[in-house]
Amino acid sequence: MDAVIASLPEYWDGFLRTLYLSIISGIIALVVGTLLAAMRVSPVAALRGFSMFYVEVARNTPLTIIFFFAAIVLPRLGVKFEQFEVAAIIALSSYTAAFIAEAVRSGVNSVPVGQAEAARSVGMTFTQVLGFIVLPQAVRTVIPPLINILIALVKNSSVAGAFFVLELFGYGRQLSNDYGNQVLWILLGVAFFYLLITVPLGLLAHFVERKVAIAR
Amino acid sequence: MTTQASGDALVSLNGVNKHYGQLHVLKDINLQVQKGEVVVVIGPSGSGKSTLCRAINRLETIDDGDIAIDGKKLPEEGKDLAHLRADVGMVFQSFNLFAHKTILENVTLGPIKVKKVAKGTADKEAMALLERVGVGHQAPKLPAQLSGGQQQRVAIARALAMKPKVMLFDEPTSALDPEMINEVLDVMIQLAKEGMTMIVVTHEMGFARKAADRVVFMADGQIVEDATPEEFFTNPKSTRAKDFLSKLLTH
Repeated sequence: MDAVIASLPEYWDGFLRTLYLSIISGIIALVVGTLLAAMRVSPVAALRGFSMFYVEVARNTPLTIIFFFAAIVLPRLGVKFEQFEVAAIIALSSYTAAFIAEAVRSGVNSVPVGQAEAARSVGMTFTQVLGFIVLPQAVRTVIPPLINILIALVKNSSVAGAFFVLELFGYGRQLSNDYGNQVLWILLGVAFFYLLITVPLGLLAHFVERKVAIAR
Repeated sequence: MTTQASGDALVSLNGVNKHYGQLHVLKDINLQVQKGEVVVVIGPSGSGKSTLCRAINRLETIDDGDIAIDGKKLPEEGKDLAHLRADVGMVFQSFNLFAHKTILENVTLGPIKVKKVAKGTADKEAMALLERVGVGHQAPKLPAQLSGGQQQRVAIARALAMKPKVMLFDEPTSALDPEMINEVLDVMIQLAKEGMTMIVVTHEMGFARKAADRVVFMADGQIVEDATPEEFFTNPKSTRAKDFLSKLLTH
């Protein structure tokens, strides 16, 4: 227990880095995932094919392998970065985007097809139909699964700890070595700081779900 | 009956065919609709009349033949198709009002986003249209708060807001409770009197008698008869049409 208290500065630093990785990767994944979902329902066959291929590859590959690719293969292909955080963000956002794309797509499919037909009939283009009519209605069904995916993203960011990024889990490993006799406490401390992010996200999901239930 | 040259027809379908897998839903359809004409399409269910209606603004693709609106062939996809659809009003059986938008927004969205009309102008025109179809006081509500008949009248206003050259009605009263059918038909009859070009798929024979210039009778994916309402209802030529009408009259 005193090891945890003595290491609070490290925990705090790790907590901030985990939060940083999660927020940046989360935003990128939301944008890319929504674009992938839009491509998946677009009238252009090539875009549909690309989106499907990407989603299937990214979500069926273990995250660790994607991290290896981002941290070790990409630099050899000429994509240079100063910090391993960048590799972590690339890996986390490209992996998570695939799941977000699938969630958004299922939300799009939950909107009755007549809504899109009516929008097309007044002369809206594909992007207008999606942006003004379909996505705003899809949001309601998509938010609970999206929050699940974001919670998974926060936890997945711990893989970065194995790739030289000193986030919560990275510090956890280091501290476990430093305080070999108090590993249990150290790890409970790590778990506690993860919960500090994921529990509020879960509460947010509950709140939104209830709000959506009233709106209907 | 006047014979129509396809050159000056507002809506023109030539040799249109469509299959759903094995099923041949549209068989070599030829139909010309002149400006200001009201054409009612009737026929038993499964005869392809809804498919025909939806093919005219390409909500259904066709296998071969061609469809032209005001002399312009229907484009395949993309911006050109969107432009053309802006000139073709569509009213659906299930209303399809935008569920997350107010009644007023439902009507103004097309003019604002597609025609880039200023919001103030669009609002004013939309209110006038909503008054015209008798739902002006419902403007700030959401579609789900209105009755079916009111929703369908809003849907007509939404289509009219784009100032279309032709209006398509795909069974506009089939999802309505009986007491609401007339309020929608009244709006449509008024529209017909004002000279709007209309293609109406319906089971409302009363509307066909009252407002139609021509009745097109479809069965098994084909146009079996194309006549004035007077001619069609009193003296149908085909046995298929006679059979259809006799079934209607027995109840």
